[in-house]
This record gives sequence, structure tokens and C-alpha cells, in this order.
Amino acid sequence: MFVAATLALLVTMAMALTRAFLGPTVYDRIVAVNMFGTKALLLIAVLGFLTERPEFLDIALVYALINFVGVIAIMKFFRYSHLGMPHAKDDLGDL
Amino acid sequence: MAADIVSWIFILLGCFFLVVGGIGVLRLPDVYTRMHAAGITDTMATGLLVVGMAFQAGFTLVTVKLLLIVLFTFFASPTASHALAQAALSAGIKPQLADDRRPGAKGGAPSEGEDR
Repeated sequence: MFVAATLALLVTMAMALTRAFLGPTVYDRIVAVNMFGTKALLLIAVLGFLTERPEFLDIALVYALINFVGVIAIMKFFRYSHLGMPHAKDDLGDL
Repeated sequence: MAADIVSWIFILLGCFFLVVGGIGVLRLPDVYTRMHAAGITDTMATGLLVVGMAFQAGFTLVTVKLLLIVLFTFFASPTASHALAQAALSAGIKPQLADDRRPGAKGGAPSEGEDR
């Protein structure tokens, strides 16, 4: 059962990576990388159950946090070219 | 034994949504529809897989960690999708519309039975 879940996760991660390589705009790539990060989280959890070592879930939690913060930081950097608070030259406010 | 069967069902449904979302990310035409496909894998696949794994784990600390993961995903994934859609829209990427019904919009085919 967990082998099937691992295979499905790996196939989905390969599709997300293909979209990240192909993506015509940078936002397509960010969607694909965000999805890849979430699937990496799930893969860590499923592999922990597959090898009967559920302690891997702590690593999965850390991956969830890092993935979210990383995606927001990447978007902010590509939108404003800096990571600080928005200032007068940024026309549309924060994300 | 019954818990095994229930967890099988949840995990296989989660695998189905995973692969459907992956195909959607590959094949859908623009950023916004691809975000929709990625959102399916973020909510349905994560939720179903985590519930299936929680049925395997039983009432232990592992289940608490799994619920923490799914809780965080349910807060983080819509937030990231919203920020991404706003960033893409303000960067000037137009959504592809088959039928633009806004007044004065060009290119939309007139649809029958719609008075909006």
C-alpha cells in the first residue's frame, strides 16, 4: 500500500518537475516548485511509514514550514526585487 | 483489519487525486488553471493520504504529528495560492477566458440563455 503511494508520489513529482522545466512564465515554475515541495513532504511521511520509522514525520513538518516560507519569499523577490517591507515605489502593496 | 481496509481506501483515493493533479499541472493551459490542479493535490491528496496514514498509526503521537501537518497545509496552501495569483495578475498575466461576459469585452462568443 505504501509502495503504491510512493510510486504515485514519485510520478507526480516527475510531472511537477517537468512543468517547472517547461513553464513559460516564472509563475508556472513557482506553482510547480510549490507542488514539488508539498509532494516531497508527503513522500517523507510515506517513506517513514514504509520503513516503519514514523519519526520521519518531524522532518516532514519542518519541510512544510520551509516550503511555505520559501515560496512566499521567492514570489516577493520576483515581484518587488527585494524582500523588505513594501515602500512607495511598489505600486500595489504587499502580497 | 477494518482499519487496514479503510486506510487502503483513503490512500488509494489520495494516489488517484495525486496523479490527476499531476496530469492537470502538465496539461492545463495557463497559470491560473495550473494553480487549480496544484490545489487539488494540496488539499485532497494530502488530506486523504494523511487520514490513511493516521488509520495505520492509531491513537499515538504519530497521529498528532500527522494532524499538525494537515492543519498547517490547510492554512499554508490557500495563502500561497492567493499570493501567487495576486502576484501573477499584477505582473500582467491575463487569464485565458473562453467566454468573456463582461460588458464591452471582445472575443467572447455570445451564449444562449444567459442574461448576465
